Amino acid sequence: MSAEGAARVPLPYLQAASAALQDAQQRRNLATATTTIRAKRAAVTEEMPDWEALRAAGAAIKAHTLANLAHYLERLEASVTAAGGRVHWARDAAEANALVRDLVRATGAREVIKVKSMTTDEIGLNRALAEDGVRAIETDLAELIVQLAGEAPSHILVPAIHKNRAEIRALFVRAFGLAPEALSDDPAELAGAARRYLRERFLDTGIAVSGANFAVAETGSVCVVESEGNGRMCTTLPHTLISVMGIEKVLPRWRDLEVFLQLLPRSSTAERMNPYTSVWTGVHEGDGPRAFHLILLDNGRSRTLADEVGRETLRCIRCSACLNVCPVYERVGGHAYGSVYPGPIGAILNPQLRDEPRDEALPYASTLCGACFEVCPVAIDIPRILVELRHRTVERKRERSPLPVPSAEDAAMQLAAGVFSNHRRYEAAQRMARWGQLPFVRQGALRSLPGPLAGWSVVRDLRPLPRQTFREWWRTRTAAERATSADTGGGDDA
Amino acid sequence: MPDLPSSGAPRVARVPQRVAVFVPCYVDTLFPEAAQAVVVVLERLGVEVAFPRAQTCCGQMHVNTGYQREALAMVRTFVRAFADAEAVVAPSASCVALVRDHYAHLAARSGDAALERAVADVVPRVRELSEFLVDDLGIEDVGASFPHAVTFHPTCHSVRMLHVGDRPRRLLRQVRGLRLMELPRSDQCCGFGGTFAVKNADTSAAMLADKVADVIGSRAEVLVAADNSCLMHIGGGLSRQRTGVRTMHLAEVLASTEGAGA
Repeated sequence: MSAEGAARVPLPYLQAASAALQDAQQRRNLATATTTIRAKRAAVTEEMPDWEALRAAGAAIKAHTLANLAHYLERLEASVTAAGGRVHWARDAAEANALVRDLVRATGAREVIKVKSMTTDEIGLNRALAEDGVRAIETDLAELIVQLAGEAPSHILVPAIHKNRAEIRALFVRAFGLAPEALSDDPAELAGAARRYLRERFLDTGIAVSGANFAVAETGSVCVVESEGNGRMCTTLPHTLISVMGIEKVLPRWRDLEVFLQLLPRSSTAERMNPYTSVWTGVHEGDGPRAFHLILLDNGRSRTLADEVGRETLRCIRCSACLNVCPVYERVGGHAYGSVYPGPIGAILNPQLRDEPRDEALPYASTLCGACFEVCPVAIDIPRILVELRHRTVERKRERSPLPVPSAEDAAMQLAAGVFSNHRRYEAAQRMARWGQLPFVRQGALRSLPGPLAGWSVVRDLRPLPRQTFREWWRTRTAAERATSADTGGGDDA
Repeated sequence: MPDLPSSGAPRVARVPQRVAVFVPCYVDTLFPEAAQAVVVVLERLGVEVAFPRAQTCCGQMHVNTGYQREALAMVRTFVRAFADAEAVVAPSASCVALVRDHYAHLAARSGDAALERAVADVVPRVRELSEFLVDDLGIEDVGASFPHAVTFHPTCHSVRMLHVGDRPRRLLRQVRGLRLMELPRSDQCCGFGGTFAVKNADTSAAMLADKVADVIGSRAEVLVAADNSCLMHIGGGLSRQRTGVRTMHLAEVLASTEGAGA
């Protein structure tokens, strides 16, 4: 039933993107969904007179926290411990999963309920629990749908953006063991079926696992924001609550929540306020879970933090505004990125956090249009980081290459740099290009280009190089002026 | 392309300045008429124009594809070519943005203190054409006439990196006879993105298809932008689909005196 048993091996980015582009239905769905949410987000941010000040505050608080991360994490540990919680440290996904497995095993539970969490998706927790025969039940409606279908989420916020009502009905009938005539594809009925199913799980299950949107070092409070109330159920009903949190999610002070609880819902769901904000501090006699464990996860974050340019990435609050405005995400969808973090943020997060070879294509999956930077509530300069990661990719490919000869692209770039480093070489190259193009000109245009440029001419013409470059025109003009007047001219020519 | 008339010039707001034009490599080689138009417009406004021949390319393709080390040669060439210029004016928002946003850190990374100083000295004097006209000269009416239905594509780098705002539109609104048509979803990227168009050819083509449809939807005869790079891409699509819509650089429209009676 669920896909947790086997890890998926996603296609390389470019292949997956090309395949996704062929899916006309998905492209229409994504275009409609992203266009709608874009307009909504624009409306609820433009109505705020201090939106830019809030963004600046969000960026500044995060930058300060990251610059003093060790200090605030130790304070958080002390505060959580003082409030009766337990803090665990995990260097990577394997350590975090082992911690959760041990905690679950100690209780003898066979099921855990889950609050929607990117971090537990990042570490593949559900799969790890399945190895112990423990079933993780997603309680966010869209996450539940995706989980029952054995698929992966395709969007940070709207994981089932690619599914329609009829598909969901069929899935529920099968998964909940309902008679086919007992359920229509009316959204309210579908939600009702999921609610009945989930209510039993909330009441039966003794352990919940959540992520964390924020944690406050000063008070030891952990915060989850959500829309459906399932998170509130998970963080209050079970006897044990385990929260897995990336170390970059810590905030120094309680009052810092003021900034982020405004930035996040408006950027994310385009709501002024999200329906449920759950904040808990340790454990309390007779109220809520009796045991609370906070697992602080590194998993590549310290390495990212050490990097002067890349560290800005860690400001991310996982709102997904950058996905919604990205023209590339809109066309190729989330699965192509092969990670729980798709879109522009995924293009800079994956190469830094997990650093797999397939991630090398991601920084190039952008036109550098800058729409992501413009909407980012914590002002992450995504285009600049993309360019930096491209630089690193080139350098690494050079180091990795066993041969002393560069790749074709590298050689072409070096050649071009040589040409551009001196105007006489450049001018000679211009003259050569004018001759070189001749075999490719058809009916006044270049319609079919060779080699790596072939991708251009599939859908576009290129006009032929004109007879005269600008600089040739300028020289003839200047010469003509000199001839007509005894003037000294522009003094431009060395 | 015929020489555009540079007579019939309107008043000059300030003392004529002396500027050097930066003509990006692809404009120089593929779209010389756009750079010629810059010269025509500036001279019509009483600005003395120089073209330092030592200039080549700003290095954008190299930087944006990851070849920062190689781009350094172009940073050096650029700052040497324009060291003495009072102002540097370029008909490319994208190239100006590259110079403004990346030169400082490229120079810093090179460890060459002299280059860092030269970059710090030159970069503040570099202007995109509409910035120079509207901000430095304080002129919106450049005395142009272009009796056609025009739609304007605000290129991503002009809007989101240079923040030129509505400067190009303000210039276009003063052009005699020009009918400015609305471009649906004009804030959407056209899908060019430099080497993106080749490396991610399928995605680029999908974005281009949507942009071409929007341009057709505007019912304009001419698509105008402040960057020939985006225009090369969109124009290539418009040409392949035989839409009959022409592309022109903003400078060419501002240089035009077509249909100007007086």
